[in-house]
Amino acid sequence: MAKRHPAVEKKLIGLADLVIDAAARKKDPSISIPVRSLSNVTFNAKKGYIEMGKNKQLRTFFNVGMAKKFMQTMLVADALNELQKADLTTSLREIYYRTKHTMGDSHENTFDDQAESDPVIEDLEVGLAALREEFHVRAENAGTIIGPVVFEDDGDKVDCAKLGKGGYSVPSIVEEEYLKIKKCTADFVLLIEKGTQWNRLAEDKFWRKYNCILLTGNGQPPRGVRRLARRLHEEKKLPVYVLVDNDPWGYYIYSVVKQGSINLAFESQRMAIPAAKFIGLSSADPESYDLPRNVGIKLNDKDIGRAKELMNYAWFQKKEWQVEIKRMLTSGLKYELDALANKDFQYLTKTYLPKKLKDRDWLD
Amino acid sequence: MKKNKPAAPKEPKPRPAGKTADEMGKQQREISVSEFFTKNRHLLGFDNPRKALLTAVKEAVDNALDASEEAGILPEIVVKLAAVTPDGGPAPVVSQATRFQVTIIDYGPGIVRDQIPKIFAKLLYGSKFHRLRMSRGQQGIGISAAGMYGQLTTGKPVKIISRTGEKQPAHYFEVQIDSKKNEPIILEKKQIEWEAHRGTQVTIELEGKYVKGRASVDEYMELSAISNPHAQFTYHAPDGETKVYPRTIQHNPDPPKEIKPHPYGIELGMLLKMLQDTKSHWLGGFLSADFSRVSTETAEQMCKEAGISPKKRPRDVVGMEAEKLFRTIQGTKLMAPPTNCLSPIGEKAILAGLFKQIKGDFYTAVTRPPAVYRGNPFVIEAGLAWGRGPEQAALDAANAIKAPLAEGESHDGDDNELARVMRFANRVPLLYQQSACSTFKAVLDTTWKNYGIPQSRGAPPAGPMVIFVHMASVWVPFTSESKEALADYDEIRKEITLALREAGRRLGVFIKRRARAHAESKRRDIFELYIEEVVGACKRLKGGKLAEGKLRDQLTQIAKKITGGQKTDEMLDKNAGPHGLPNSIIVTAEGIEGEVPVEGPVAVVEAPAPAPTKKKKKK
Repeated sequence: MAKRHPAVEKKLIGLADLVIDAAARKKDPSISIPVRSLSNVTFNAKKGYIEMGKNKQLRTFFNVGMAKKFMQTMLVADALNELQKADLTTSLREIYYRTKHTMGDSHENTFDDQAESDPVIEDLEVGLAALREEFHVRAENAGTIIGPVVFEDDGDKVDCAKLGKGGYSVPSIVEEEYLKIKKCTADFVLLIEKGTQWNRLAEDKFWRKYNCILLTGNGQPPRGVRRLARRLHEEKKLPVYVLVDNDPWGYYIYSVVKQGSINLAFESQRMAIPAAKFIGLSSADPESYDLPRNVGIKLNDKDIGRAKELMNYAWFQKKEWQVEIKRMLTSGLKYELDALANKDFQYLTKTYLPKKLKDRDWLD
Repeated sequence: MKKNKPAAPKEPKPRPAGKTADEMGKQQREISVSEFFTKNRHLLGFDNPRKALLTAVKEAVDNALDASEEAGILPEIVVKLAAVTPDGGPAPVVSQATRFQVTIIDYGPGIVRDQIPKIFAKLLYGSKFHRLRMSRGQQGIGISAAGMYGQLTTGKPVKIISRTGEKQPAHYFEVQIDSKKNEPIILEKKQIEWEAHRGTQVTIELEGKYVKGRASVDEYMELSAISNPHAQFTYHAPDGETKVYPRTIQHNPDPPKEIKPHPYGIELGMLLKMLQDTKSHWLGGFLSADFSRVSTETAEQMCKEAGISPKKRPRDVVGMEAEKLFRTIQGTKLMAPPTNCLSPIGEKAILAGLFKQIKGDFYTAVTRPPAVYRGNPFVIEAGLAWGRGPEQAALDAANAIKAPLAEGESHDGDDNELARVMRFANRVPLLYQQSACSTFKAVLDTTWKNYGIPQSRGAPPAGPMVIFVHMASVWVPFTSESKEALADYDEIRKEITLALREAGRRLGVFIKRRARAHAESKRRDIFELYIEEVVGACKRLKGGKLAEGKLRDQLTQIAKKITGGQKTDEMLDKNAGPHGLPNSIIVTAEGIEGEVPVEGPVAVVEAPAPAPTKKKKKK
């Protein structure tokens, strides 16, 4: 069951008070919302993660460009408050449906599609300094975990070492109140970008042989996966290794796990794992592991542009990272994890990872 | 030839298998114009049955209008189409019919008896070719060609009734054309009783096809009514419908004057012919008398420069001398030809025509000052009608989807309507070969986006719009004898473009002004809606403990203050009329602004159909 957060309720109701007060003073009601963009984040090198800056944007009601957004913000706040009162959790999509209706006798809808309501929820998270979990809004369960760890979920004991090769589906809310780590005997956490490679490792019982936890987020890991990795790291002192494709998007996934994302910079402090290591694929691997050139994929213009952007981010300024990215750009090729199958179906399990771990061949 | 070789030695004179000049000479003979037409009827607009029907109507109506105007009579014309069968059996279904009887009646001056056969059954016979005067017909081919087409396709003669006045008898003729000699054959002539006091009725039976829509007789009638607001048309369509296009202007256009050719407009051959034909006895006199804008002094100057004595007899100026004279004339600086020979429709009349026939929100008309191409003066006029009219807008709103929209739906339907271009030359609608026409090219060349009207590359502007372009000239340059498209002279294109730009600019002002008012009103409407939502959300957030009405009023007050209040009200004011927009009409649900023509009272009474205009008919 969802827990009530009186503080969150108070914050949501505060929005109504803000409107009422402004109206009484004949002022245009406005909500200030921190700007969520690269221009408003800074990399705290000391703490090792991205922090949100102080730039805020005033969302005012009687401004043609912002009026609709303002109205939508109030509707979403109302819906979130309803969740609090009813003690329910919900999805982003349900919030969209809950707040969508036709206004008055016009033909205009409050929201035309979900792309309008999702950012409003993020705005409220940032603007009210509340977490999405506190709003009772779930993300999709897009992550899986397997390995020697035992959780307690809604009173059920979940032993992730006894779940065959399918593993346990990571809930989107993994805070202590919802998910308890009862027991953990693993030595480290391996966070894998792709579900296919996670399956390979699970099937090969890699986790048993190397006594580790295998975690995947199927692409960019959702909050639940990131938060769970962070908890295992923090509470169980497990080192976290990240295994991604060798392309700019893989690099960025690693950096999100390690330093946090630009969009959710306000959550970095509880999500980021500054000690996470990049285990592969590195642009040096094709040579070290003798991958033939023909299993590479030519970098397209978007890849190249993204890589150049990464090179400018403050958290990619370490010399070895500049070398890593430049090496990829120079080769003009990217490699998928799956390409390792070119050598052998179990190359990842039997050769690549063991060697990497043995040589402590990773980037920080 | 090679095959013949073995046999060749036997013949004394081997010769090619071809014909001798003598043999060929025997086959060479004069081709009469009528024979030429028989084989080339597409050149005159009789390429297919549908077009033939239109061309026949058009030629007869052109003549009727020209005659009435020249006689100073307000034109009143009846067009009757009837589907017939070859054996006179019961009329077939109109859409299946292949044979039609076309009858055009005008209550104009009539035709004197002796001229009737020649006018209707001799090609290239007429009063208009030999003079430089603005008129619809030019060559004198039209009506007799229509008759000849009828004769070719049905074998029926052209039937004419004409009467020149109340005290004169009405003459009835049945004529055919002798296609070898290009001479009329009179099959029947007699005096008859005719109910009209004056006028002409011509009936042609021809092979045709009646299809409504673009380039139909219906469209021709509609367009003619727009370009001739001083005429009244009654149109009996073959399907039994009757449309009356009442007169909206109660006087004929100023009669155009006949002018002499301007030296810049002639070619060497023409000059040679004029030298031979002139009545003047000496060259100087010829130049100043037979051309416009050539004074006696200028004439002498020209002669001097060409090295020819002004006293020389024009007939003796030949060969090199004539060529030199021609070049000298072309090189001499002359005033542009006089333009009083032109009779444009005029801005008021164009507005009247468009307003009468097209439902819209905005109308404007532009008449350019006269200009000259190849020595021929001309005037370009342009008009625009834009919008669907308030009635249609109300109807659209009523028919719009009432239910709330689902994801992915939108209110602005998929309306890809393109502007309709109406082209006219000397008031005659041009219905074919639009893309070959200079007017259409000018429409495409105009950057309509500048006036807030969407336009794709290489297409006319989009939206509910009618573009009217008229060229008035003593000699309209058509791309072909069937008179369907204006030739693309730079001078003409430039004038059309300038006229369209001015009209477009006015439309742009109108659209912009309206859009601004709409945006303001929408803005306020939207705030009203949003306020309702925000108040609702606040109330629920506050757990129902909220003075709703108070909050709503307060927010509404703020909205009013911020959206401009008074100022917006003024902008929304429907009286923000067409000021600054000359020769324009604006139609709103509240009424009409601008000079609107008064309807001809007579016409309405006569109208047998309750709703005679095209738009209403459609419903």
